[in-house]
Amino acid sequence: MTIHHRESFLNNIADQLGRPRRTEVEPPEYSVQPQDRVLAGATADELVDVLDKQCEVIHTNLEKATVETLPEVLRTVLEGYDVRSIAAAAGPRNEVSGLDEFYNRLTGEGYEVHVWDEHEGRHNVEFAERAGAGIVFSDLTLAESGTVTLFNDRFNGRSISLLPETFIAIVPKRTIVPRMTQAGRLIHAEESKGNPVSSCVSFVTGPSNSADIEMNLIVGVHGPVKATYIVVEDM
Amino acid sequence: MSIKIGKKTYAERIQAGIDNAFMRQAVSSAQGRFRSGRLKAAEDLGDWEEWRTRGEEIRSHTMENLDYYLHQLSEQVEKRGGTVYFAKTAEEANQYVQKIAREKEAKKVVKSKSMVTEEIGLNEALEESGCEVVESDLGEWILQLDEDPPSHIVTPALHKNKEQIRETFAEKKGYTGSDQPEALAAFAREQLRQDFLSADIGVTGCNFAVAESGAVTLVTNEGNARMVTSLPDTHISVMGMERIVPTWEELEVVVSLLTRAAVGQKLTSYITALTGTRLESEVDGPEDFHLVIVDNGRSKILGTEFQSALHCIRCAACINACPVYRHVGGHSYGSIYPGPIGAVLTPLLDGYEDHKDLPYASTLCAACTEACPVKIPLHEHLIRHREIIVERENMGSKAEGVMMKGYAKWASTSAAYKLSTKMAHTALKPWTEDDYISNGPGPLKGWTDSRDFPAPARQSFRSWYKQREKRRNDG
Repeated sequence: MTIHHRESFLNNIADQLGRPRRTEVEPPEYSVQPQDRVLAGATADELVDVLDKQCEVIHTNLEKATVETLPEVLRTVLEGYDVRSIAAAAGPRNEVSGLDEFYNRLTGEGYEVHVWDEHEGRHNVEFAERAGAGIVFSDLTLAESGTVTLFNDRFNGRSISLLPETFIAIVPKRTIVPRMTQAGRLIHAEESKGNPVSSCVSFVTGPSNSADIEMNLIVGVHGPVKATYIVVEDM
Repeated sequence: MSIKIGKKTYAERIQAGIDNAFMRQAVSSAQGRFRSGRLKAAEDLGDWEEWRTRGEEIRSHTMENLDYYLHQLSEQVEKRGGTVYFAKTAEEANQYVQKIAREKEAKKVVKSKSMVTEEIGLNEALEESGCEVVESDLGEWILQLDEDPPSHIVTPALHKNKEQIRETFAEKKGYTGSDQPEALAAFAREQLRQDFLSADIGVTGCNFAVAESGAVTLVTNEGNARMVTSLPDTHISVMGMERIVPTWEELEVVVSLLTRAAVGQKLTSYITALTGTRLESEVDGPEDFHLVIVDNGRSKILGTEFQSALHCIRCAACINACPVYRHVGGHSYGSIYPGPIGAVLTPLLDGYEDHKDLPYASTLCAACTEACPVKIPLHEHLIRHREIIVERENMGSKAEGVMMKGYAKWASTSAAYKLSTKMAHTALKPWTEDDYISNGPGPLKGWTDSRDFPAPARQSFRSWYKQREKRRNDG
């Protein structure tokens, strides 16, 4: 049995509410829709500008690239962080972006690069734990808050964006939407069509931080300490 | 821990709070920063009042149909390989988690910050069954090492200064570094990383469950909740039964309200929505997931005039706006839920007997109601509590009795409340000096011993506050 004590619990709630149990509920009609007006009608370039500005607030470095210049931009970023070991997300986007070739080149130069491989099980996590940087692709990017949305799956393990000290997100420009509203709507639409949501959706906004000691902002606590987004114009 | 903390009386707690100069200064400065953060975030967003309306509509629709949405949630969690346990009481919830720990032969449990697990005393229950329990939120870890209860629901160790924290780390963990916050945090990162990697079970709370998909959403900044849900093989999420929204469309609205109202952030660093167990092809994330849905007195609030107290999204905006909290600090409330929402909620969950003073820890200035992102009429609930305490339970003093009878009558409609505060202003006039009451009559006397007491507002709280800030700055 995987659901325990449900009936008595829910019957009690219905009793307290003074009515029989409800087995059907019409979706509510809300009187206001302020979320639709945020950045409504912004062009793709305007959204990049909003993202760029927000990155300053969230202690995140933003770079711009094209598919052609991406390897070179990424190399500069890695060198800037003095990182020699990389945990990277797998999947078809490595080929589209040319990163698979780039990773091969880095390996040839003595970098340690581990592309997530489900068949290697726990080794993936162990590598990520000692890697200097984790590189992932944004599935949906929220301009307003500077948020990278990751639908974690067999290609993109949760550890890549979590355990290494530096977090690098490749942001295809067409993934940029105004705000979380669009993400919520998309997932709701997919759920309604019967496509279940990923087991872990991570909305990641810059590096980890805390204000728990005398309300001082500390950037970098348990998760990554540094973060860079690379917006790719034509990906 | 349970909802009630400590054995001191209300008066003793208040005095301890007032005597703690660092704490008062820290709270006061934190309040100012939280508050300006919230106001700036609201201004940046625009249409804040409409957002609040939307938030209120979502919360009230969900509460009215709570049985339906909890049923849907449990079905979805089951579909995604999880187990759902509905716990009527704290004991049932604890026993279930203990049972899982025994089955897993768990030695170490790592936790991310959760108010509901504090409320039910889960840590003690797990320790009783032989588990080491590690709190991984920086503030909670500090408190755990020091065996101290939280004093704020967002920044639990607000009452401690960095030198005290350095001492705690040195004494309990052999820390030898400085009292720089960055150095302290780096030490915590290094220490706790080992705990994340070696824990058998991860325990989290739940900011919002999403009924349509079975997701449990965690709103955090430090990344510890992601660790807790990515690394151990078992994840147990404990949720208060009201912490649920119908769909992802509602989720994004309440999350936007929460992060702005709590800390003035557009979104926190991590909003993590976890659904069931990891899939077969996935490597990290739990292979076993349990959702424990806790009533523990909440259902008694449903269908009553206090139902909207269950709309709370635990942002602490009311705490950060409250002039009483500012002066007495979180521990004075004797409850893990401090501030205005704590004064409303604690007597409802834990009875009036131990908490009959809490509804009086308020000036009824309505700053809390104005700050609440889902429009809970907090100060009206406090007035109603006072009326109940005085009239039905007969636990109040005579003076309060006389005063509150009048107050309750006046306060029963919002127009009448406005009239009442106006009249209170006139009635208190003889004691005010530059609009501050220096030696109030009757029940106010206790408070005015220790502080300037704001006269009931003639204008909005906001303009009162501005004047107050000016007064402070002018010395």
